[in-house]
Amino acid sequence: MKLRPSRRSVLVGAGALGLLVGVGAWRLAHKRASLAGTRDAAGAFLHDWIHVGVDGVVTLRAGLSEMGQGAFTGVATLAAEELGCRLEAMRVETGPASEAFKNIAVGRDILAPGHGLAEGESSGLTGAAIDFVAEAATVQVTGGSSTIVDRFVRARQAGAVARAMLIQAAARRWGVEASECAVLDGAVVHAASKRSEGFGELAFAAAEETPPARIALKPREAWTLIGSEKTRRVDIPAKVDGSAQFGIDVRRPGMVFAAIAHCPTFGGSLKSVDDAEARKMPGVVKIVSLPNAVAAIADSTWRAKRALAALKIVWDDRAAAALDSAAIAKSFAAAIGSAGEAEAEGDFAAAYAAAPTRLAADYSLPYLAHATMEPMNCTAEVGADFVEVWAPTQAQSDAVAAAARAAGVGADKVRLHTTYLGGGFGRRLESDFVAEAVALAKIVGKPVQLLWSREEDIQHDFYRPAALVRAEGGLDAAGQPTALRLAIASQSILARVFPPVTWIGPDVTQVEGAVGAPYAIGAKRVDVARVDNAVPVGSWRSVGHSITAFAKESFVDEMAHEAGADPVAFRLAMLADQPRLAATLRLAAGKAGWGAPLAAGRGRGIALHVSFMSAVAQVVEVSVGAVGALKIERVVAAVDCGAVVNPDVVRAQIEGAIVFALSAALFGKITIRGGRVEQQNFADYEVVRMAQAPRIEVHLVQNAEPPGGVGEPGAPPLAPALANAIFSATGKRVRSLPIVDQGFSA
Amino acid sequence: MTKLTVNGVERRFEVEADTPLLWVIRDALGLTGTKFGCGVGACGACTVLVGDSAVRSCSVLAADLDGASVTTIEGLSPDRSHPLQVAWIAEQAPQCGYCQSGMILAAAALLKAIPQPSDADIDAAIANICRCGTYPRVRAAIHKAAEATG
Repeated sequence: MKLRPSRRSVLVGAGALGLLVGVGAWRLAHKRASLAGTRDAAGAFLHDWIHVGVDGVVTLRAGLSEMGQGAFTGVATLAAEELGCRLEAMRVETGPASEAFKNIAVGRDILAPGHGLAEGESSGLTGAAIDFVAEAATVQVTGGSSTIVDRFVRARQAGAVARAMLIQAAARRWGVEASECAVLDGAVVHAASKRSEGFGELAFAAAEETPPARIALKPREAWTLIGSEKTRRVDIPAKVDGSAQFGIDVRRPGMVFAAIAHCPTFGGSLKSVDDAEARKMPGVVKIVSLPNAVAAIADSTWRAKRALAALKIVWDDRAAAALDSAAIAKSFAAAIGSAGEAEAEGDFAAAYAAAPTRLAADYSLPYLAHATMEPMNCTAEVGADFVEVWAPTQAQSDAVAAAARAAGVGADKVRLHTTYLGGGFGRRLESDFVAEAVALAKIVGKPVQLLWSREEDIQHDFYRPAALVRAEGGLDAAGQPTALRLAIASQSILARVFPPVTWIGPDVTQVEGAVGAPYAIGAKRVDVARVDNAVPVGSWRSVGHSITAFAKESFVDEMAHEAGADPVAFRLAMLADQPRLAATLRLAAGKAGWGAPLAAGRGRGIALHVSFMSAVAQVVEVSVGAVGALKIERVVAAVDCGAVVNPDVVRAQIEGAIVFALSAALFGKITIRGGRVEQQNFADYEVVRMAQAPRIEVHLVQNAEPPGGVGEPGAPPLAPALANAIFSATGKRVRSLPIVDQGFSA
Repeated sequence: MTKLTVNGVERRFEVEADTPLLWVIRDALGLTGTKFGCGVGACGACTVLVGDSAVRSCSVLAADLDGASVTTIEGLSPDRSHPLQVAWIAEQAPQCGYCQSGMILAAAALLKAIPQPSDADIDAAIANICRCGTYPRVRAAIHKAAEATG
């Protein structure tokens, strides 16, 4: 076990300080939790995760944010498998912020990070100790592709414990042995006496039962829901009729609406505001000055927006006004020569010097915005002794902490309602918009819904860091790779989110995917240089992997070309001791018809990357027109994410990640000028639309290995596979993103 | 006073002359299925039908539509039985779902104009943005709905 800061520290932030103070661990299978046995008008909680209504409806509190990734469905499937009810008879919600929903997988990853595929459950004394400390250290968060990794066992335990309590209650009522009873489609049945009672009839009695200390889970062969192709997403019906409630759909009695303008330059502040005209406008409630922003509050969103537009605001731009993209690029180039070691295997310098063939290339990547379809927003109410928050957030613990700070109260006074999220992609791990809404609600004394404009959303993001990656590689006389070095210059995300981990080593989010690269090469080295500037950076779907995969997989392709080798064969030769990765690569290549002849102007490229404990290989087929007009004809993906809870959700996540990464590869670019972001809206921050979306095929490697993540791993391989395809079609290497800035159009 | 027929019901309201249709629908009429995405007609999240045409409601003024008939996602069917809604569920198209009201209404306008659209027709008519990347499934769902009604 290496104690080095993990990628997932980024999700936990200061919450990991819980390590120092310790928090009582709640173990579902052993101990009754806080809500257990609590009755309400509708039914009773058997424990924190499961409420059984007298009408037989089982409400599952997933404790996770649903942002389209299928978290509700995945957790419900796991729980229902053990509980013995149909998914359709279940209601799934996030539930309140609670210790019961802490993300232990994230905590475990902080303590014992790995770079490969998912391994088995930690076991023995070390495993138990890690889990105990992990639970104390972690927080409630949906990110890091961790949902199924975290809930794969816990959600089944939740269902199994509830099942046992329902069976015990029925057995007691009937005077029979619990072991003679079973669950069947929402009821407990006793076959010998042909008796049956629905879960609803047993709800109150079951809530009085003591949860079993030990619980056996169904063997894999007995699963009927997990892995089924028939399971439909539970959140989809509400998303085709407009009834799904997102953050901006929250309505409260007496509420008012806020529009906001932030100081355009990073680190700048409000100097003065003339609100004389705005205050006279209809429906305007108040104009509020914040240290770095001004908000207009009115009785409708449109009236707030037009009042905001009528303000005459003077900003204090401060020193950041000198910052621009060219200077940032220069700072990376200056720093990369002095990058320090993050990982070394063998003697790179010697192997590189001795190699008869040496090659080197620089790869550069821009800042990127998340541009979730639902702009940042939050609804808050601050009363004398409470703070109530309705937010589309990925980070319940952090949102509660931010709301408490903004209101000046203890976290125990905050009640958080997590709505559906109109996209997350890492942006909603931040709680800046929560703090603002609470601050405004406190000032105005009414429920306030704060809604950012798209322009504010694009200009005040926590961006995917820009980066420069220098790659150097050596080949022996036979064309075999003998040396590989990746040096990365970029900003640190963790320096803002969780500084202590950057005191003891490099920020893992800068190097993940380069560190732990699976290829067997004689000498490997990863170096990193941290460059600080005023541009706020954060987690963006796949985080550091979105940078390192582009450089690593593009450069491996360059090495293969230099060696005169086929890119698939070249990679397979370096994967002799990685059978799962080799199989994933072969599956993608095979399904894509790798090696089959292509028409003139067409090319194929391949990439393989492991992230979030899953492996994804992609083959991109592209055609290039006379003036560099690209058409992405087809993307074929192969995925090894271990055990699959819902195959169609996995396919959807890989499809989505491919389109998300394609937007970034083709068009994505946030540029800085005068200390501020130049882009403002979808007109100048372009993304892929229907006409540019390729045909996508996703093939799953089916196995019984422990589950890895699926929300993010589909993103990293796309850009290098596309760049390699463009090289195959044109002979031109794309080493700088976005691709439309390199003489191509799409 | 402006008058609109919204989802078959006549609605009257008084708002400032510069108020976009989107905010009348969401704030004055309380129909929140229509979403705000960009405010400049670039993303299509706010798409509704005005008559049989897809309109980006953030970029038209309610006052300019006096007397028009507007259909929002809430009015497409009372029970998710519209062929597009059926196809959307069958293809498991939505992810986060935020853009899907607009997508479905853009598709409804397309099918009214071209009952059996080709891929090229879909490319041309569906310019809405989906950041979750549901395009392949949206395309499949439109074809499925067209087959079901054809």
